[in-house]
Amino acid sequence: MSQRDTTCLVVDDSAVIRKVARRIIEEIGFLVSEAEDGANALEVCAEAMPDVILLDWNMPNKDGYAFLQELRRTEAGLKPKVIFCTTENDVGAIARALRAGADEYIMKPFDRDILTAKLEQVGVSARLDA
Amino acid sequence: MTDLDFEYLRGYIKQRSGLALTAEKRYLVESRLSPLCRRFGAASLHDLIGKLKTPHDKVLERTVVEAMTTNETFFFRDRLPFDLFRDTILPEALARNAGRRKLRIWCAAASTGQEPYSIAMLLQEAGARLSGWQVDILATDISLDVLEKARLGIYSQFEVQRGLPVQWLLKHFTQTGDQWQISPSLRAMVEYRPFNLLHGFEALGQFDVIFCRNVLIYFDAPTKSDILTRFGTSLAPGGALLLGAAETVIGLTDKLIPDAKHRGVYGHAPARPPALRAAVG
Ligand SMILES: C[S@@+](CC[C@H](N)C(=O)[O-])C[C@H]1O[C@@H](n2cnc3c(N)ncnc32)[C@H](O)[C@@H]1O
Repeated sequence: MSQRDTTCLVVDDSAVIRKVARRIIEEIGFLVSEAEDGANALEVCAEAMPDVILLDWNMPNKDGYAFLQELRRTEAGLKPKVIFCTTENDVGAIARALRAGADEYIMKPFDRDILTAKLEQVGVSARLDA
Repeated sequence: MTDLDFEYLRGYIKQRSGLALTAEKRYLVESRLSPLCRRFGAASLHDLIGKLKTPHDKVLERTVVEAMTTNETFFFRDRLPFDLFRDTILPEALARNAGRRKLRIWCAAASTGQEPYSIAMLLQEAGARLSGWQVDILATDISLDVLEKARLGIYSQFEVQRGLPVQWLLKHFTQTGDQWQISPSLRAMVEYRPFNLLHGFEALGQFDVIFCRNVLIYFDAPTKSDILTRFGTSLAPGGALLLGAAETVIGLTDKLIPDAKHRGVYGHAPARPPALRAAVG
């Protein structure tokens, strides 16, 4: 079976966080794209659905929650694994995100080890069967 | 710290915990022991090491030995051993012990509890298959400090983030401030006890499964051999020993062999018939 690179969309309103995340995720071997808010992310997904989405929770112009709800409403939007990230360490927020369709949760600031572990946990590796 | 001090300390630690300090670990000794000087009223490391020689101060001895241990751990570390435990080792042990309905598991280097609690979570998830069974998880470590933390079962955001699926975080932990405490039912499943792997295992009894992960790497070959050979005796017939990813029994004991199918799992070596043994020598 042929293989292709796994694609990851990083959604965050902070350019710094996007840059850090991009560097780590590219090192792990994924193809990375970026979006700066939920609305922007929906456009990217409509063009090409990524395999995994690293999703910031608090963003202006459609936050993570609103984005996720909308994404999961479409059939294609059920496919990506979604890891949501926040600085909030709160059961309520985590539970709400899981109900909206997130697969994992990561606390900011994250490092390479944690991000690698979370990607493994949701079952995506750098190469997927095409 | 003089060369002689380092030599003394090396012997001292090796004898008490098995930890083999190579010459390049000198910086580690300095960074970990220097903070203890003030607490024990020592003017310098040289002075502190002097105090170790005489008179006997049990608290100082314990503190120095514990300060040199590495306690790094996380939930479901390396994942594979826990998948194997859930999918193969546990079902086989349940089949083997179906008559007595008793299962004993030993976490021999438990550190702050993430490993024994990972096992406890898997057992709790196994649910009905274990009803009516007596399941013991004995979790031991040389360090009293880590055991104290393990008993409380309170972890930081950083710690619960490593290896623990978020659904299980919500299911098995409650939030206290910015920390997370594991559920009372899981805490009750694990018995924590101080224990030094250099000491005899006889009093602990036999175990169906032994996790001894990421501690033998710190020991020299004779110490590893000794511990592994004694695990051979502590392991119940058909039982499984799980080692860390960088650890093995090969070349260290003839009592245990790698499981042909599962990486990181070890079992009893088949007993050789006496005649063959004589012939092989
Ligand atoms: C790196 S941790 C491993 C924790 C866990 N098993 C894992 O794999 O994540 C090693 C632990 O071994 C303990 N240890 C070191 N020497 C020991 C000894 N002689 N007897 C018992 N425990 C020891 C240390 O205190 C430390 O908590």
